[in-house]
Parts: sequence; structure tokens; C-alpha cells
Amino acid sequence: MSRAVESLRIGNGAGFWGDNLDAPIRLAEAGGLDFLTLEYLAELTLSILAHQRRRDPAAGYVPDFPDTVARMIPLLKAQPNLRIVTNAGGLNPEACARATAKHLAGAGLGAVKIAWVTGDDLQPRLAELRGAGEAFGHFDAPERGLPGEFTSANAYLGAKPICGALDQGARIVITGRVADASLTVGPVMHAFRWAWDDWDKLATASLAGHLIECGAQVTGGLRTRWRGVPDFARIGYPIAVLSRAGECLITKAVGSGGVVDRESVSGQLLYEIGDPARYHTPDVTLDMTSVEIEDLGRDIVKVSGAKGIPPPETLKVSCAFANGYAAKGDLVVCGADAADKARACGEMILERTKLGGYPLARSEIELLGTEAALPGGFTADGPFAAYAAPAQALGAAGGMPPREVVLRVSAWDKDKAAVERFCREFSPLITAGPPGITGYAGARPKPRPVLSYWPSKVSRARVPARVDLKSAEELAAGPQREAA
Amino acid sequence: MIHLKDIAHGRSGDKGDHANIGVIAYTRAGHAFLARELTREKVADWFHALAPSAVVRYELPLLFAFNFVLRDVLGGGASDSLRTDTQGKVLATALLEMPLPTPEYLAAMLPPAERG
Repeated sequence: MSRAVESLRIGNGAGFWGDNLDAPIRLAEAGGLDFLTLEYLAELTLSILAHQRRRDPAAGYVPDFPDTVARMIPLLKAQPNLRIVTNAGGLNPEACARATAKHLAGAGLGAVKIAWVTGDDLQPRLAELRGAGEAFGHFDAPERGLPGEFTSANAYLGAKPICGALDQGARIVITGRVADASLTVGPVMHAFRWAWDDWDKLATASLAGHLIECGAQVTGGLRTRWRGVPDFARIGYPIAVLSRAGECLITKAVGSGGVVDRESVSGQLLYEIGDPARYHTPDVTLDMTSVEIEDLGRDIVKVSGAKGIPPPETLKVSCAFANGYAAKGDLVVCGADAADKARACGEMILERTKLGGYPLARSEIELLGTEAALPGGFTADGPFAAYAAPAQALGAAGGMPPREVVLRVSAWDKDKAAVERFCREFSPLITAGPPGITGYAGARPKPRPVLSYWPSKVSRARVPARVDLKSAEELAAGPQREAA
Repeated sequence: MIHLKDIAHGRSGDKGDHANIGVIAYTRAGHAFLARELTREKVADWFHALAPSAVVRYELPLLFAFNFVLRDVLGGGASDSLRTDTQGKVLATALLEMPLPTPEYLAAMLPPAERG
């Protein structure tokens, strides 16, 4: 029996696949954590994993996670109460669990219980679900015609299976697609046993999860006044402290870099939200408009006032489908007329691709260095042109137009051959283009297969979650043969 | 003339083909000023080059904040877009450059000093 805990420290050491590899280690070392969460799955990550799993049935998860656990073995021994919850399982949570178990079993931690959560992967069930009346129309635009076959389709599961896995004694919980905030809500519900219809409490836990899910974005990352972020290179990752009574603090490990203050927390609260009165998760629909933020100093911020209402009867589903090929290439263009020259080169690349027999379905020319990627009111024909003219026409230094710009040309087509031909039209400019162009070194651009995103929804009742649990020792021994 | 960044901070990101920009005034006075000056129409004009199909301003008055949602501005979204900023990462930076008339009580709208 575990004693009743009154407060819980949950740290998030990864905000996406590709985040800093040392962050989870540093956070667990110094954070005094009860739970470490690691969030890896962006909207299209599962489609990339689906591609990998087609080539290797043992793949399809985020390999950074077992690698991280291997590095954490001394920490897991020193902190026997530290537990880990992650969505690293991707499309293959069991394989991720097995890879993780091998590291643990080989290091004397074979008794550690690992749970994995499945049920989110709807791709193998699409025909059955369609037969049951699920249309998988576009979430925002139901009138849009359905694309071809989905390469992946995953429902966003909630906190219940995570809580269930922890209730069964799991020390490590590995899921596929779950709502990011649910990685935090699961441990909270396990520890505090709040009712699943205590909406305000669920809203508080979900808000905490929302605030820490992007890692360092709440501890100084993306802060407008970035010069005020101390020791940015050693930025600490966030910790949510929740109490049984429903209080929530956001902080970071003492001694780490970064800053947690009103500015860093309010900025992240608004990150990637729509209607703040209706922030949907599978666990609760959160109303942020009643939330208050109080800076307690010393990198501790109190967040209060979250309200919740019951979540919708449908779960969000992230789908993807193969959709042609894209490529992009860059050149550095110099000269007093650099911007004009760069545009002429971009048009030449597209024209020569067309002359080669491949008119491209879509293309884009960007002149980086002329505010091409900064789409403010700075365009000459815009309503703010009177203010913007100096910046646009003169460049930053000394009233001169930019004498060096990066030309970036991008193209898309259903036909891979068209995009391949486009990629071959950059290097001929070495001899058959204007002077003052460089940056040809390095590989030729390559077509990449495009996986397009298709958000949809599915009835909650049709998506049961399943929890499996084994010791690391059992898992490492290999797949169990099903009895005939 | 001042710029939005003098009295507010912000952050932007994507949801499919839509972008959102959170704008948070540093002070209550700044929030009251922006409630009048930073209209939905003005933000739509500022980003006219992206041709949003709709711009919505949501209110979070307790946080002195607004959430602007710009629909269909990301060239198809993260994977389909051919633009460099496929995820709307720089939209907050772009919006914070917006010029605004100098308010009468500017001193009451400036951010608190950074901690040392």
C-alpha cells in the first residue's frame, strides 16, 4: 500500500522528438520528481513511424526513449520512487516496452514493471469503423472529399489507461497517441483519486499538462524578452507541482537556467490554442478564461481558477495520407541588385523545369533577407506601407537595400519525376545564370514524400484502450508465443 | 508612435492550416488600450498578404491577453506548405512590430523591469 500523497512533482523532459537529449537526465537528477513525462509525438510523427514500421515490423516507436532510459539507470536505482510516463510507443508501444526492458533487465532492474497502452491505432480497423458509420470527414471542413487510403489514423486517448497502468504498479508507462496533457493527468488521477467527473480538478491537471507539455517553452523558450532569460544554454525543463486540494505551481529545478515567471507561463498558456473557453482534451474541456497567474518569485508561478466541463463524446483522430512529393533548394545571391537577381534565378529554375517537360503543380519563391518569411504589414501594397516602407525598401544597414539574399525555391507535384527534374535545375545556374551566385556546395536537393495531415474524429465508445503489464525481465525474454 | 512589442509580449503556433497568436499586455492599462486598438480588423489587415479566410479575437481579460486565430494562412499546414515558416512560428514576432498610436499613459503600460 502506498501512503496517501498530498503533493506531486511532475517534470516534463521532452517536448517533441528531437528535443535536447540531456534534458530528461538533468531534470530527473535535480528535480526531486515523483513522475517524469516525455512527450514525443507531433501531429505527423505517427505517419513517419508508420513508414518505418512498414520496412521493419519491430520499429514504429521513438528509439530516443529506450536510449534515455539506458542513460537513466543509475538515477532509477538512486530514486526508487521515480516513475516515467511517455508516448514514445508511437505505433508500436510493445516493441518500445521490450527495447526499454532489455536495458533494465541487463542492469539488475528486471523487476521493474512496464505497462504499455494500445487501442489508439485505428488504421487496422478503418474498414470496420466505416462500416459502423464513422465517416472520418475532415474535422474543420466536413464537406471536403476524403483522400485516398490513410497511412496512419490514431485516436487521442485520455488519462484513464495511464492511471490504470499506474494503479497496477507500473513504474514505466508507454503509450501511443494520447493527448499531451493526459501524460500529466494520468499520474495526478492515480495519486489523488479525484473523481473522473470532478471537472474543475481535471481542468487544473490538464492545464498543468498543457503548460509543461512543450518542455522549455514555459521556462524561457520563445520568451519575447529573450535577452532576459538567464543562462539560456542550460535552460531547465519544467516541473508542475500539484496538491491534492487542487493547487498548481509551475517551476523548474533549482540551479538550472531559464526563467519561470508571469511572462513565460502566460505565453505558453496561449500556445497553440483556439477558443480559450473550450480547450478540448479527452479528459475534460478546459476553460482558460477564468485562469489567473501569480508570480511568487524564485521561478515559482501559481496557476489557479481553471474550470472544466465534460469533454465531447467524440475523440479527435490524427490521420495522414501520402500526397505527392516536395523539394526545396537554396542559393546565395550577391550584388547591389541581389533581390531582383534572386527572383530572376528562381523564375529561371521553374521555367527550365517546365521546358524540360514538367510544369509543376505548386511552387514558391522566397527571397530570405528581404522579410519574405516575416509576413507582417511590410509589403509595399499593404495598409501599413507608410510605416513599412523604410524597412522594405532600404534594408537594415545604412539605408542600403540588401546586397546578399538567400534564394529559396520550393516545389510540389504528384509526380516524383517532376520534382526530381526541379531538383536538377539549381546547379546549371553555375554557368548558365547571372554572376555573383554561390552556395552550390553540398548535396543536390532531393524529393521528399509528402504526408498530408487529416484531422478527424471518432465516437469514444468505439475506441477501447487496452493496458498490458509485464516485468522488464519477462519482456526482455522475448515475445510470448500465443497458446494454440 | 509606439510598437505593440513595447507594451505586450506574444507567442504563435499552428493547428493544421490555422495559426494562433497569443498577445499578452504587460499591464492592466496596456490591456485596456489594446482592447480598443488591437482590433480583429487591424490584425487581419496586418496579415493581408497571408489572405486569412477568417480572423477571430478571443478574450482572456484576467491575463490581460487576447488570442487571435488566423484561419487558412499556413499554405496547407506543416507538411503541405512550401513556405519557410510552415508552422506560424514567426507570426507573433511579426505582429509585435505593428505600429500603434502613442497612448497618453505609456509609462503605465511598460513591462516591469527584468529581474537581475
